[in-house]
Amino acid sequence: MSTAAPASALPSYDDVIARYEPVIGLETHVELGTVSKMFCGCATAFGAEPNTQVCPVCLGLPGSLPVVNEAAVRFAVLIGLALHCDIAPWCRFARKNYFYPDMPKNFQISQYDEPLCTDGYLDVEVDGEIHRVGITRVHMEEDTGKSLHVGGSTGRIHGATHSLVDYNRAGIPLVEIVTEPDVRSPEVARAYVDELRELIRALGVSDVRMEQGSLRCDANVSLRRRPAPGEPDAPFGTRTETKNLNSLRSVERAVRYEISRQSVLLDDGERIIQETRHFDESVGRTSSGRSKEEATDYRYFPEPDLTPLALSAEYVDELRASLPELPAARRVRLIAEHGYSARDLVDMRNAGVLDLVEQTVAAGAANPVAARKWWLNELARRAADAAVAPADLVITPADVARITVLIAGGELTDALARKVIDGVLAGEGTPDEVVSGRGLAIVADDGALTAAVDAAIAGAPDIAEKVRGGKLNAVGPLVGAVMKAMKGQADPAGIRALLLERLGVS
Amino acid sequence: MGITRDEVAHLARLARMSVTDAELDALAPQLEAILSAVARVAEVAAADIPPTSHAVPLTNVFRPDVARPSLSAADALAGAPAAEDGRFRVPRILDPDE
Repeated sequence: MSTAAPASALPSYDDVIARYEPVIGLETHVELGTVSKMFCGCATAFGAEPNTQVCPVCLGLPGSLPVVNEAAVRFAVLIGLALHCDIAPWCRFARKNYFYPDMPKNFQISQYDEPLCTDGYLDVEVDGEIHRVGITRVHMEEDTGKSLHVGGSTGRIHGATHSLVDYNRAGIPLVEIVTEPDVRSPEVARAYVDELRELIRALGVSDVRMEQGSLRCDANVSLRRRPAPGEPDAPFGTRTETKNLNSLRSVERAVRYEISRQSVLLDDGERIIQETRHFDESVGRTSSGRSKEEATDYRYFPEPDLTPLALSAEYVDELRASLPELPAARRVRLIAEHGYSARDLVDMRNAGVLDLVEQTVAAGAANPVAARKWWLNELARRAADAAVAPADLVITPADVARITVLIAGGELTDALARKVIDGVLAGEGTPDEVVSGRGLAIVADDGALTAAVDAAIAGAPDIAEKVRGGKLNAVGPLVGAVMKAMKGQADPAGIRALLLERLGVS
Repeated sequence: MGITRDEVAHLARLARMSVTDAELDALAPQLEAILSAVARVAEVAAADIPPTSHAVPLTNVFRPDVARPSLSAADALAGAPAAEDGRFRVPRILDPDE
């Protein structure tokens, strides 16, 4: 088999996994959701005009001095605590020296041998099985600027004639979260990033939008031969680092591709080159980046322009006490309190309605199942049709709770409830206002209903005779006729009972 | 202590400095002399004296998370050797043969 084998000629994944054990570690960069940058007061909003959120500090102009953003440190400690890390009682920032125009200072302020948080873990569930992923460290650093490469093909740095740099992102606070090489499959790698994203979202310290780059992931992958029974584990193989994976799907695909690619080389007796690689989403393959040989010589030293961080135990304990309910605990509670299944929770989370459902239950929904049903089936679809997040719909959890109560009380059918939702979304007011404004309540008024029932019986004497003769199921067409006459604003069960009563067979 | 001519050449390369052979011959012994002089600190630094990274014994110097006005793009780019589309224009980053 050639080492230049195209993806289609790669060995089957199951075959590879039977012979090799993948060893995977993940490095995740998360932009912290502060209002201002890590070391200066420039704004951090996404999408501003280029170089309009810059100042002498983040442009690295001579004479400027950085000062640490208090909120960034607090957010980083919260992340560390949520990941069960130890928080360093004393640590420093370090300069990472390199020449690349994404940092105008020619160094990045980071942390090196004294990270803020160390030695934690995150439990990740895949197919009902818990995988504990060790967290080596969480350290703070500043983000880099964004480069546009001009003159090459498809914006790549290779072949470019020059580059254009926007420093709005330079200096935005980041944490880098580094795992132990504990992950053993692409599925767990993906689930880890997913769970980490949920955790950080729950902490409210980042918007964790992978498509905007506020959470990005690098995957270190190596293979080792599976030991024969009774043999000890083989030592780790040489790893590659695939950079900047910007979706959950890419994390899984890139890791899977690297596993297959490396297996081909190892099968041929070749060695894996330690290097950074780039994942091309359009073809699903990784390709070699720049060689790391000299680039790793960053000549770190303690940042002399910043004082050390010495966080007191009281400060850390206060933050620990302020941690919100974390996703894993929340799942356990929702299953126990509301009777949802694990699958329901996944569906609601993926649809972006989990918070809304919980708020709807809290607002007095008829029951948790109804709250889930209306958000997941009806409102998530309406939001998708309108290309907005469900939370951005005009309808509130209190409105949905009220609708479920009206249905449970027999005042609305599901079909009428959808019309009420139409009205609320159209800005016609609360559900009760829409019900009265559009005249949508089920007509319980015996006068109109009785008249419609009598008309239906008179209009179909043959059917009426059958029912009188004891064939109760023959009443269906009469129910339909009454529903039609009532324009749907009646309760079918009530109509049926009334028909049978008038026909003398109830 | 001790710094070799090769190490000076390596550092020059990392710092993107063009240094001639003659300059390396001159710089290596000079840097060696400077490092030796600074290394004399080690003679008085006992094990109970921690290394210092900062001139004043301060910790936890913070600023509140408040946004302040930034420079305009025009001011930010005023000192740039070249600009294009509101961005800093920089020379090719990778050599064509890289």
